[in-house]
Amino acid sequence: MPEPLLEVHGLDAFYGDFQALFGVSMRVATGAIVAVIGANGAGKSTLLKSIAGLMDAQAEAIRFDGVAIGGGPAYRTVARGIALVPEGRRLFPSLTVEENLLIGGHGRKVAGPWSLERVYGLFPVLKQRRASAATTLSGGQQQMAAIGRALMSNPRLLLCDEISLGLAPIVIADIYASLAHIKAEGTSVILVEQDIVQAMKASDRVYCFQEGRLSLSGRPQDLTRDAIHRAYFGG
Amino acid sequence: MTGWLDAVIQGILLGGLYALFAAGLSLIFGVMRLVNLAHGDLIVLAAFVILTLATWLGLDPFVAALLAIPIMFVVGFALQHVLLNRTLGRDLLPPLLVTFGLSIIIQNGLLQLFSADSERLRAGSIETASIALGGGIAAGVVPLLTLLSAIAVIVILNLVFYRTPLGRAFRATSDDLEIAQLMGIEVGRIYAVAMGLALVVVTVAALYLGMRANFDPTIGPARLLYAFEAVIIGGLGSFWGTLAGGIVLGLAQTIGARIDPEWQILAGHLAFLVVLVLRPRGLFPRAVD
Amino acid sequence: MANQPATTFRIARAGPASLAAAALGALVLAILAALPAFAGRELIQNLIFVFDMLALAQCWNLLAGQAGLISVGQQAFVGLGGYLLFALTIMAGLDPLLAIPLAGGVCAALAFPAALIVFRLRGAYFAIGTWVVAEVCRLVLAQVKQLGGGTGTSLPPAVTSGVIGIEGIKTLFDVRTPAARDILSYWVALALMAASFALVYAIQRSRRGLALGAIRDSEAAAASLGVDIASVKLSVYVATAAMTGMIGALIYLQKARISPDAAFSVLDWTAYVIFIVVIGGIGTIEGPIVGTLVFTLMQHYLADFGAAYLILLGTLGILIMLFAPRGIWGFVVERYDFTLFPTRRRLFVEQRREGENRRIP
Ligand SMILES: Nc1ncnc2c1ncn2[C@@H]1O[C@H](COP(=O)(O)OP(=O)(O)OP(=O)(O)O)[C@@H](O)[C@H]1O
Ligand SMILES: [Mg+2]
Repeated sequence: MPEPLLEVHGLDAFYGDFQALFGVSMRVATGAIVAVIGANGAGKSTLLKSIAGLMDAQAEAIRFDGVAIGGGPAYRTVARGIALVPEGRRLFPSLTVEENLLIGGHGRKVAGPWSLERVYGLFPVLKQRRASAATTLSGGQQQMAAIGRALMSNPRLLLCDEISLGLAPIVIADIYASLAHIKAEGTSVILVEQDIVQAMKASDRVYCFQEGRLSLSGRPQDLTRDAIHRAYFGG
Repeated sequence: MTGWLDAVIQGILLGGLYALFAAGLSLIFGVMRLVNLAHGDLIVLAAFVILTLATWLGLDPFVAALLAIPIMFVVGFALQHVLLNRTLGRDLLPPLLVTFGLSIIIQNGLLQLFSADSERLRAGSIETASIALGGGIAAGVVPLLTLLSAIAVIVILNLVFYRTPLGRAFRATSDDLEIAQLMGIEVGRIYAVAMGLALVVVTVAALYLGMRANFDPTIGPARLLYAFEAVIIGGLGSFWGTLAGGIVLGLAQTIGARIDPEWQILAGHLAFLVVLVLRPRGLFPRAVD
Repeated sequence: MANQPATTFRIARAGPASLAAAALGALVLAILAALPAFAGRELIQNLIFVFDMLALAQCWNLLAGQAGLISVGQQAFVGLGGYLLFALTIMAGLDPLLAIPLAGGVCAALAFPAALIVFRLRGAYFAIGTWVVAEVCRLVLAQVKQLGGGTGTSLPPAVTSGVIGIEGIKTLFDVRTPAARDILSYWVALALMAASFALVYAIQRSRRGLALGAIRDSEAAAASLGVDIASVKLSVYVATAAMTGMIGALIYLQKARISPDAAFSVLDWTAYVIFIVVIGGIGTIEGPIVGTLVFTLMQHYLADFGAAYLILLGTLGILIMLFAPRGIWGFVVERYDFTLFPTRRRLFVEQRREGENRRIP
């Protein structure tokens, strides 16, 4: 087995005294799309925030490309080749759409496939709205801008937190179609998704979380509905 | 009638000085939501730096100020990096009290070094030069330069904020600190650069403060209050609003002084209080905080 | 839901230590009240200063440490109290002992319009707003020619020596008029100091106190408890204005000379007071006692160094704020889990939010 791009090993995470993750371990291979599913509060976002360096963690608990990166600092994350599309998009409201994209490339250290023009190629509507304030975009457009912003740093690992939340089915289809292009550039993706069917369709591997613990993992085709149901809801 | 017109013109020119005081305060608040109680004392400190350079090297204050600019940038950068970054967070008390302590340290440090004597930046004939505007009214060259400099500073700050990657990083950091870090922005450094920049503006303000009137180590707090009033009158979040706020304050002071010379400062404060009661978000609000 | 703050509450109650503390407090008070019978005049004078500063510190502590109202303008009420004492005695011919509570009442009344203005400013801007209000008071009083304008004025001897009770004290302690005046001021200072403790203690124990604790820790949590934040803050602001005004009146009765610059001095009546509270431990009843002791000693031994002394005070304040933000008393409590005046109900809001994961390297 080749060295995985990302290896999480025995990761714990805390909000003050509250423990949100308990000894989580997982691997992401280069070029793979990995789905993370779980009920509300299961710890999915916390996992992504930990990988992005926003949570305190043991350095060794997260290895990326052979380097121990647990615990941040967050501002180094992007230079290492990891970009987060955060839950709720969190575009910068006082920046225009184009500035939001450009700032995604602020900490870029490596050349790569993605540039402003290529992001506009992927999401043409953003080019039309390039001078608008980010807050004036529709939900789907905001999601595209958030993905585009992350791509601008040419990440090797893209972390996507609930990118379909609250969007119309056609828009979701568009966004998932863009994931295929992203994967085609060799980028690995961790996809946090509430929609299990969507997640299974798009991914090479699924990890299910329950109350901060990993409850199931495997290739989508190997997992039965029943097993997933149990891993998701407990019992 | 000319007396009143004169008061209005002098008030607008004085407003330029207050806008210069205020621009640095506004910049810092805009980027990091820090209210720096030592702002006025930093202006006075910059004036003493200019004075020292001018005296030691026998320079014109304008040249001395040019030399003081990089010095004050470094002072601001270091101050933020070493001290103020440690105070930022959810709690308001540490930044307020640390900058309050800093204000006392700077004031008394200057008293130790320079005594309580009044000083002035001597610039030769330009100090008294004026341009006749007709009708017996004249505008001093230095006050005119002050206002022009204020406008230039605001134009440049707007360019930096809205046209450069640095300004983008300032705005992004102010919007969402956590996500900004994920863009590769090192927040501590960005804040330090912002403070450095603020002290560059402070140095420009200090140049005109020192040429227009006498200064001594104790006058800092009053400058802080003027700066603060200009920011609030103008409305948070816009540099042009800050200029407008400075001018309103300047006008209130000169018109108050025209009625009774002893009322100058009081009239400025009262104008601020009236604006605060009638338009709590300032005259030209912009930021939603 | 990731932004939902996880909030837990813990309510602590009084232990036997607090009863002991109440008894101790009463005993100390009784001893202090009887002190003029034994102590020399210099000690009495020093203690007046100590009590004044302690009372001011307790007021600021209530404002900033409990209600989160960080004011750098409390000198407004010290100055107003002082000037009101002068006005009421010189112009209205009242007895100073009557003028002091009256000055407190007027200060409370003036605190309403002041609040109307400064409460429009949030957080840190509130601080500078209070400073502006203090400056306005200073400048306005400098215009009042009957009270000496910018240079100030003195209390006529007839006022200072004619205070009710002076004659009684003279015969009781067998002292001359100046010493009798000091003893009277001493008792008033002691009473005001005790009252400031009582105020803090009473407010902390009341339902409003519970609300205050909540406000200090998190306005959002307080609002979710159904606390009317604005009215709680307003009542604290007004109550401390009244106390501060009375202390100011007493201070200037004792000084017998007032001027706008001194009466509204930000250094004397706010910076020192903040230093006391920060050094001692903000948000605790005991902190200001410790802080006042430290400050009085420093003032006694170091004040002659002038500017250097103030630099030292500023530096010390900053260091404490950075490295021991809960002050000397907070350090003791943390180390030995010990308090003198546990207020009966204390709400601990323990909250962690995403913001706390901010690291500013
Ligand atoms: N900032 C925070 N402070 C305190 N607790 C938090 C914070 N963020 C999340 N939590 C808690 O940590 C646990 C995991 O949260 P997390 O956001 O990782 O869940 P999630 O799986 O992403 O849920 P969702 O589907 O709602 O996004 C939850 O119990 C949540 O309440
Ligand atoms: Mg989530």
